[in-house]
Amino acid sequence: MSTLTTKPTPNALLTGLGTFLRARETSILLALVLVIVVTTIKNPNFLFSSDGFRDLLLTPSILVLVAVGQAIVIITRSVDLSVGSTLGLTAYLTGRLFIDVPGIPIIVVVLAGIALGAVLGLVNGALVAFAKVPALVITLGTLYAYRGINVLWAGSDRVNASDMPKDFLHLGTTSYFSIPLLTIIALVVLVAAAWYMRNTRGGREFYAIGSEPAAAELYGLKVTKRILVAFVACGALTGLAGVLYAARYGTINSQAGSGLELDAVAAAVIGGVAIFGGSGTVWGAALGAVLLLTINRALPILGVPDFWQRAVVGALIIGAIVLDRLLALRQTRKLRETRNDSHE
Amino acid sequence: MSNTVAAAPTRVYRDYGQPYWRRALVTRESGIIALFVIVVLAAIVGVPYFDQPITMTYLLLDVAPILLIALPMTLIIITGEIDLSVASVVGLSSVLLGTLHQAGLPIPLAALVAIFAGAVGGAFNGFLVTVVGLPSLAVTIGTLALYRGLAVGLLGTTAVTDFDPFWTSLAKSKIGDTGVPSIMIPFVILLIVFAVVLHFTPFGRGVYAIGQSSEAASFSGVKVQRTKFILFVLAGAVAAVAGIYYTLRYGSARGDNATGLELQVIAAVLLGGVSIFGGRGALHGVIAGVLLIGVLGSALRLANVTSDVINIITGTLLVLSVVSTSFLVWLHKKQPRNRGIKDGSHAAKA
Amino acid sequence: MLFHQFGTRKARAGAIAAVFVSIALVATGCSSDSSTPAASDGGSGSSDANLSITFLPKNLGNAYFETSDKGGEKAIKEFGGSYAEVGPSEATPDAQVSYINTLTQQGVGAIVVSANDPKAIGGALNDARDAGVKVVTYDSDTDVEYRDVFINQADSAGIAKVQVGLIADQIGDAGEVAILSASANATNQNAWIELMKKEIADNHPDITVVETVYGDDDDQTSFDKTAALLQTHPNLKGIISPTTVGIAAAARYLQTSEYKGKVALTGLGTPNQMRDYVNDGTVTAFALWNPADLGYLASYAAKALIEGTITGAEGDTFDAGDLGSYTVGPDGVVLLGDPYEFNKNNIADFDF
Repeated sequence: MSTLTTKPTPNALLTGLGTFLRARETSILLALVLVIVVTTIKNPNFLFSSDGFRDLLLTPSILVLVAVGQAIVIITRSVDLSVGSTLGLTAYLTGRLFIDVPGIPIIVVVLAGIALGAVLGLVNGALVAFAKVPALVITLGTLYAYRGINVLWAGSDRVNASDMPKDFLHLGTTSYFSIPLLTIIALVVLVAAAWYMRNTRGGREFYAIGSEPAAAELYGLKVTKRILVAFVACGALTGLAGVLYAARYGTINSQAGSGLELDAVAAAVIGGVAIFGGSGTVWGAALGAVLLLTINRALPILGVPDFWQRAVVGALIIGAIVLDRLLALRQTRKLRETRNDSHE
Repeated sequence: MSNTVAAAPTRVYRDYGQPYWRRALVTRESGIIALFVIVVLAAIVGVPYFDQPITMTYLLLDVAPILLIALPMTLIIITGEIDLSVASVVGLSSVLLGTLHQAGLPIPLAALVAIFAGAVGGAFNGFLVTVVGLPSLAVTIGTLALYRGLAVGLLGTTAVTDFDPFWTSLAKSKIGDTGVPSIMIPFVILLIVFAVVLHFTPFGRGVYAIGQSSEAASFSGVKVQRTKFILFVLAGAVAAVAGIYYTLRYGSARGDNATGLELQVIAAVLLGGVSIFGGRGALHGVIAGVLLIGVLGSALRLANVTSDVINIITGTLLVLSVVSTSFLVWLHKKQPRNRGIKDGSHAAKA
Repeated sequence: MLFHQFGTRKARAGAIAAVFVSIALVATGCSSDSSTPAASDGGSGSSDANLSITFLPKNLGNAYFETSDKGGEKAIKEFGGSYAEVGPSEATPDAQVSYINTLTQQGVGAIVVSANDPKAIGGALNDARDAGVKVVTYDSDTDVEYRDVFINQADSAGIAKVQVGLIADQIGDAGEVAILSASANATNQNAWIELMKKEIADNHPDITVVETVYGDDDDQTSFDKTAALLQTHPNLKGIISPTTVGIAAAARYLQTSEYKGKVALTGLGTPNQMRDYVNDGTVTAFALWNPADLGYLASYAAKALIEGTITGAEGDTFDAGDLGSYTVGPDGVVLLGDPYEFNKNNIADFDF
């Protein structure tokens, strides 16, 4: 004979705390803190010198932007491998605008960069959404094509730091209240994106499409339009990152941004965005980006030659997806047990 | 009850509506082969210095790694998976060959170790995909970074270049006076093996079945997981062989050898008519795809066109070929055509 | 079914695409026919000399090579040859091999190459020489058996000595220094680094070289490596960067860093890239030679080889236009001159 037991109403604070502690993002944050602490013990300059603190925040800012865009696309069950080439093109556009149109206001250049990125993203999105071809293949092709266009346009020229206005370059290194401007921009974008993904209908629809595209379609969601928006957003964010890249590094050749797509996907995957879509947050992707680049900078200080960076990234990706899988299996098993229990 | 027994069914198999010769000749693969022939002819006519025997020699020497890796990659894509880590295995085997050579090991022994390492790498991929159940895209993105990282980590950015000229000239040697590089011999052997396996063995039929529907294949008795695992191991081993060739041909073992090769292989495979969704494709189309991209590259280089225009063309070709498939499928569906049985056996149901 | 057929539409689409591509290709071929610089087969102009010379630097997009190759072009125009420049975007040896093969196919008169590796491109170079192409190395050499003549910008020991002298002056002859090089295999880099370390060990016992990092002649990599160096070695007093890409990137990082003025930076740089940094004190002095002269001399050497005036043997002399007459030294090496020091006082006088 089963007795009806009423479960005590859970304490909201404790549940909240529990969710927070178990969240993937928290473990990334902890890992990040751990890396910083260990490295700072070895070499206090890592955190406590003004250069060190500035570089800690500055270097990942560009990747954070790209990782946020990539996360949005991955959540809809696609992927965008062309972000590296897009960044290269927009960075070069930035340089070219400053050289060819003297006296152009910085804000115009920023908008132009975002616009170019959005257009490139639109091409990707249109091909994926309308031709219904896997994003992997399309963005593989555009990765080649955009990079080729970049090289064709640039020829063997380079944009030199001396070609660009000083105040633009200054943006790349200036800080407000000892937080670099680029980091502030990245944070603002991150908060906006996170709010959009969680609190607006459009954002929730991304998750729906990623979880089960067929169901989303049947439910009446405008899948095509949403996928277009996702790719355009990714492209626009990468465009902005390209402008910031120009400000930070100053010298832009036709190879700028090569290989960035791998780092962006890695950041998202490590940050908890499932490669099959439907789960994960942009916070996670951003933290993943910061963790990745901080490890890169910490390795030489810890005595590991920086040649091993790539291997560390690879190991982290595999670790992250295996962990995700194990957690998903455990989750399924738990749900099954709960279902079996409730049948008694 | 109706005793109407239809006359002995005239045809119980599907009627394709086209004569056999048309079905055999007008396929996706023959489209690519035709395109390839046209491009070659155009190059011979239009590009100076193209029609020398040495052009073919350099072309084949250049695309040999892609040809080799395209073989197992075709099978993997037909099963609906993908392997992005092949270029990193090439780099890793290159580095292993270099470091072992520096340590004094004779080249054949070092090569065997490198091939074994490639197979282990492929097995790791296979394990994660089949046993742990992870999507191959994510796994191979991870191993792409991991294996490349190991390669660069082992050797740094230096290169081992003091290989015995015997081996480097062997890699570039040609068969007699024909101008065909000797690497084509092992390639053709592998090609025959893969073609036979794919089209004439149950294993190969299983590969197609998995691509169409792995559940149905599993219920039909195909050992899905084992098949996929074997394919990944093969991909790793063949990539390692390509890596050894690459190292000896260029005389340089570097951690970042062949970066980006996986994209060229996948582009060629998809161009050659293999569907990214799995379940269809054939090797002759893939060979034509590889050679097409190779000829385009060779011709454009000779015409002094920058090699990155070649990249634009490769990228656009890749996108066009996949989009055109989708487009044609869409057109196909739009046609109100009788795709069912056209003969009289329907009448038997009445 | 084992083979899946899709019907006529695919073939039609394929045929249309084929026509498109072949039209495009023939168009490219036709237009390139008129602009291709390689000499056409079947006599034209000069009786036997094929004066088509192609420059193959370590990579394109490098200011140093842009200047040197322009110098080469100037020389070629003077003696009526035809000039071309090709190169990879990344400074790796295997990328150079494809270009050498293409040039062999095109039957150019001479290749002027700056090698990314002393051995790796040797096979391709010898294939070229077998086909009658002359090979001149400049800036960065290959092993002796792979080329006809090497144009050395300056005596390697002299280059090393100048840089070590500059850094020693700037840090008070004592302290930790690091080296920011280009790519790990580059012949010239390794030669200079060896000699620098020897010079330091012999004549500057209070200076220690703590690390050598490689920027691969890529701007962003060099920039990031400089940051890492300064992070990892808090007591660093000086950085030597014997590559124009490296020193420019390092200077740019130092300019906005707290170490500006505290860590000395010197090496080999071009005046145009370094002018800002010299004027605001980030860099005190650096050295180079005139890269345009290097390319100029290389072109004349190539011409002399093609025409048969020299064979690369020691003692051969040839005329090098405005630079006068040059003699080939041992091992087929031709020395351009001495390195030159640039600082605040004279940097305004140069434009390259």
